[in-house]
Amino acid sequence: MAAITDIPVAKSPEPPTAIELKHRRKALRSQILRYGLLSLVGLIMIYPLIWLIGASFKTNAEMFSSPGFWPSEPTISGYIEGWKTSTPYTFGRFFLNSLWIIIPKTIGTAISCTLVAYGFARFEFPGKKFLFMTVIATLLLPNVVTRIPQYLLFRDIGWLDSFLPLWVPSALAGDAFFVFMVIQFLRAIPRDMEEAARVDGATTLQTLIYIVVPMLMPALISVCLFQFMWTMNDFLGPLIYISSVEKYPVSLALKLSIDTTEAFAWNQILAMSVLALAPSLAVFFMAQKYFIEGISTGGVKG
Amino acid sequence: MGGESKWMGLWYVSPYVIGLLLFTAFPFLASFYLSFTDYDLLSSPEWVGLDNYEKLFTRDRTFDKSLSVTLIYVFSTVPLKLAFALFIAVVLNYRLKAINLFRTAYYVPSILGGSVAIAVLWRYIFADTGLVNMMLASIGIDPVNWFGDPNNALFTITLLRCWQFGSAMVIFLAALQSVDKSLYEAAAIDGAGPWKIFRHITLPLITPVIFFNLIMQTVQAFQEFNGPYIITDGGPMKSTYLLPLYIYDKAFKSFDMGYASAIAWVLFAIIMVLTLIAFWSSKKWVYYAGDKRS
Repeated sequence: MAAITDIPVAKSPEPPTAIELKHRRKALRSQILRYGLLSLVGLIMIYPLIWLIGASFKTNAEMFSSPGFWPSEPTISGYIEGWKTSTPYTFGRFFLNSLWIIIPKTIGTAISCTLVAYGFARFEFPGKKFLFMTVIATLLLPNVVTRIPQYLLFRDIGWLDSFLPLWVPSALAGDAFFVFMVIQFLRAIPRDMEEAARVDGATTLQTLIYIVVPMLMPALISVCLFQFMWTMNDFLGPLIYISSVEKYPVSLALKLSIDTTEAFAWNQILAMSVLALAPSLAVFFMAQKYFIEGISTGGVKG
Repeated sequence: MGGESKWMGLWYVSPYVIGLLLFTAFPFLASFYLSFTDYDLLSSPEWVGLDNYEKLFTRDRTFDKSLSVTLIYVFSTVPLKLAFALFIAVVLNYRLKAINLFRTAYYVPSILGGSVAIAVLWRYIFADTGLVNMMLASIGIDPVNWFGDPNNALFTITLLRCWQFGSAMVIFLAALQSVDKSLYEAAAIDGAGPWKIFRHITLPLITPVIFFNLIMQTVQAFQEFNGPYIITDGGPMKSTYLLPLYIYDKAFKSFDMGYASAIAWVLFAIIMVLTLIAFWSSKKWVYYAGDKRS
């Protein structure tokens, strides 16, 4: 301890007074306390995930015998067997299904949110105040109250067991959180360039595409990343709408594999859980700046 | 901008308007109507007046149980999670070099939290011979029956939610970092200690964010589904049978759409009343600086 307190003292050009020393020691103690506490909590937070990765390489016999994460005889049999699944399809199929849900949904979200946010942030029109209030209200409206009639609606138009119920509401700016986030972002951008473009004769749509969209990029990237992650994790939506196994996304397939393989093959389920988390983790670590910014400007669920 | 047409803006927001009508407004009203009907998907909805509600409140033991479990869940999860998020944000909000590293570590569980894979993980680490019990054993504590005992199961589900405190924390941290540093310095010169500064300067200034987090977390907690559905399937003895699970079972397993809608409306009414109370009370405790709010 003494050695550590000496470091700042040594840097000081003049001999510090007793009060200064006391202050420094106090600040240092606070630093150590903070780092210690944060590291401990961080470890508790992250250890389950680290353990998960280690356990996915363990044998079933070792899984419940030691709390360490390093497997004593590493094996990839969990991945090989788990990938095959108990269905006629492999997990590859389920990953493609997830991707096929995510990509159109994300593109639809980004385009519709851009148009709608542009409308709200840059134009005056009859009923604007009321419509904006409905954005806020929808933000707070629990989905649970609209879910059943939505299901009945999709059933009546023959969309059950297809991806349309998952795509279409989002493509019509149905995720109020994203609409709100982009509106807030756009409101903070100065209008000078847009006005200049309009004076030069650009239409509003040209202004949107060539001036506004490039400036909106950071917000749109946040929207796409969140939508990717939430859709990847979404369970209830596919659970209600997708019934044939060939169309299952990863979340449903994982639930299916718990129900069908539980009794003996733990490492298969854990191995597939690691794979299911991998895309979200990869995206998060590649682009965490956008997550932190998105969450801080718009506020977020989760 | 350009005065060409007052309809131009409406054209741009039209996707939203269509979506709002089709997927929010219509279902919202329809579910209210359905809650007064008996509808099994085979024949058309049959009007039964207040029967569903009457049955819910007087004869449905499962509903009573589910409602009380839901209330306990929400009122324990939300304060715990928010208090923890705020505490960690305050500790982090200091000139620490590793602030970004910690922020990332804490945020990761929120990103993954709702996924099936995390629920699976939770099942394994809280299993009878799982990670948590093995760790407890190594420090000489008897194993706990985390999911099998009705007294513990809800707590274990609550922990899963609290583990995801990261997003609330990031929002708190952003608010803390925007507090004007000169206020702290002025208070310190006046001789205020760290607790006093926190209590009388920091806390009032971030009340808008506390309020926001409180509302959002409450609305979400009332709708928790994945965790209890995948981990415990509502059991044991319905001790984790939250209302969204009950609604799901009624609607999509027994196809009792009218009754399920009635439960959904009761849940909605509870959320709305609590939200209104929060908004009403916010005048007393939420501090708005009166600027920077668009």
